Amino acid sequence: MADPSVLPWYAALLLPVLLGGVTWLALVGDALFAGERAAVAAPGREVARLLVGQRRRTVASDALLGRVGGAVLPVAALLAAAVLPLGERPVADLSVGVVWFNAMEVLAWAAVWLVGWGANSAPAMVGGYRFVAQGLAYELPHMFAIITAALGAESLRLTTIVEAQRDLWFVVVMPVAFAVYLLSAAAMAFWGPFDAPVARDVAGGAAAELSGVDRLVFAGGRWLLLVVAAAMAVPLFLGGGAGPLLPAWAWVAVKTAAVLALLLWLRHRFPTVRVDRFVPFAWVVLIPLTIAQALAVALVVLGGA
Amino acid sequence: MGQVLFWTLAAAALGFGYLVFRVDSMARATFALLASFLAVAGEVLLLGLGYLGVVIALMMVVEMVVMAVFMVMFMMNPAGLVPMTMVHNKAGSAAIAIGTFVALAAGVLVVDWPTRVGEPAPDVTLALGEALMGGQMLTMMTLGVALFATIVATVVLSTARGRYRDEP
Amino acid sequence: MTLEAFLLLAAGLFAIGLYGALSQQSIVMLMMGLELMLNGVIVAAAAFWYFVSPAGSDGQVLVVVVITAMAIEMAVGFAVVTAIYRARQVDMTDDAADLKG
Repeated sequence: MADPSVLPWYAALLLPVLLGGVTWLALVGDALFAGERAAVAAPGREVARLLVGQRRRTVASDALLGRVGGAVLPVAALLAAAVLPLGERPVADLSVGVVWFNAMEVLAWAAVWLVGWGANSAPAMVGGYRFVAQGLAYELPHMFAIITAALGAESLRLTTIVEAQRDLWFVVVMPVAFAVYLLSAAAMAFWGPFDAPVARDVAGGAAAELSGVDRLVFAGGRWLLLVVAAAMAVPLFLGGGAGPLLPAWAWVAVKTAAVLALLLWLRHRFPTVRVDRFVPFAWVVLIPLTIAQALAVALVVLGGA
Repeated sequence: MGQVLFWTLAAAALGFGYLVFRVDSMARATFALLASFLAVAGEVLLLGLGYLGVVIALMMVVEMVVMAVFMVMFMMNPAGLVPMTMVHNKAGSAAIAIGTFVALAAGVLVVDWPTRVGEPAPDVTLALGEALMGGQMLTMMTLGVALFATIVATVVLSTARGRYRDEP
Repeated sequence: MTLEAFLLLAAGLFAIGLYGALSQQSIVMLMMGLELMLNGVIVAAAAFWYFVSPAGSDGQVLVVVVITAMAIEMAVGFAVVTAIYRARQVDMTDDAADLKG
């Protein structure tokens, strides 16, 4: 007897296809923001170019760790998406869904550092280290933000969190947590103002020595992670599939598209933030802010319950 | 199925744990340790402790990435390009370790373990939370104070000023 | 999946960690040995919770305490390594034997 609260088992195989499609659309959107011609074909051009590109091997590289790191990045994004409610039901409705999402996206830290390490190249190593420093900065505010959403619903299960927003979306109750979550979603995919790990001033950073299929896997993983992080904002803060006319999955798609558009716009609007300026800001400003937000929500929950 | 998973994860945990001290590259040692930790997290998940298993995985990934940073910072041969052994008293430590394992294994197999009493609560995570906030509040507060002391101590020890001098 | 199997795994992890902690010269590798030992303790604590008294949460609290101990030990260990390195430019246990004998 199939469990009605989760999607059937074959949805797990369709999930990469679905996310791949959404990532494709996100790439088209990014090309549109950048004002490229024939933006619809932009992802196709990139993929074709990278597929036929020659892979690069550096001297005394740690190929095992480098390749493992590159492969872990998309896998981590897909695993994190396993608890994402597509419409009303996720592929896996874990009772600790929020913590699972957190654990899977932290794998990106290991992945990017391994890619930077594997190439035996100074700019790549610098990119890897920049990502670790950035990660240490955004991770605690990110954790506090998602825990505040779980606190508002008094559960770590994502479907319960969506249920708890039937009357009022959490973005209204905890706006600071939502803003911090958006920042951390950009930072975890080293996107937009947080792309110091792959910035031009270190010759491409962690991805400096990648070419061909390796680069495709790495870039694909990064885009997947951005899409999954944006999509996770919907059940956590924007009410999941709730909405007047359309079915649940349509609303999830619309809201995800809106969050993705915001994140894509960030990249084209703001310059790269230096990691050593972001770290003190995160530790001195964002952590007390998110703790205060969590305290406020806790008082509301305790007062109401 | 559970049996297969248990023995696979156990072999992975022990195998990767041993590899940590066999590989020359420090980065590989760190990530072999991470693989061992993830296998242990899987074992904890097999026992039905969902929250603790995922938290172990989460924490260990972050810890191992930080450890990799320190590895490369302090070790003279982080990539293992030159084979090296940096051990002292290898035979003695092996003897002590094997002796400890034999003693512990003998104890495990000989002792008459108590039988199971009761069933796990329907929501194990909630039971843990209620215990930590209720009966085990003293444990929670001790952990909190210990973590705070650790933060202060590590910052003091590792700032450029150190404990005695002004900024160099 | 019996209690004895889990405890043997825990004993194995503990023994490997002990070997590493006793034999390694580098402080960071020694800490890896300590981490493996605590890993074994986590497996043992979780197994005892499941096979002996699953109704309570004392086993789980023990696992939480051990995890916290691991984090604290790693943090303080690295701070000490940093401090020793700043003072003496070394990172080997053999050179940190001031209190010996």
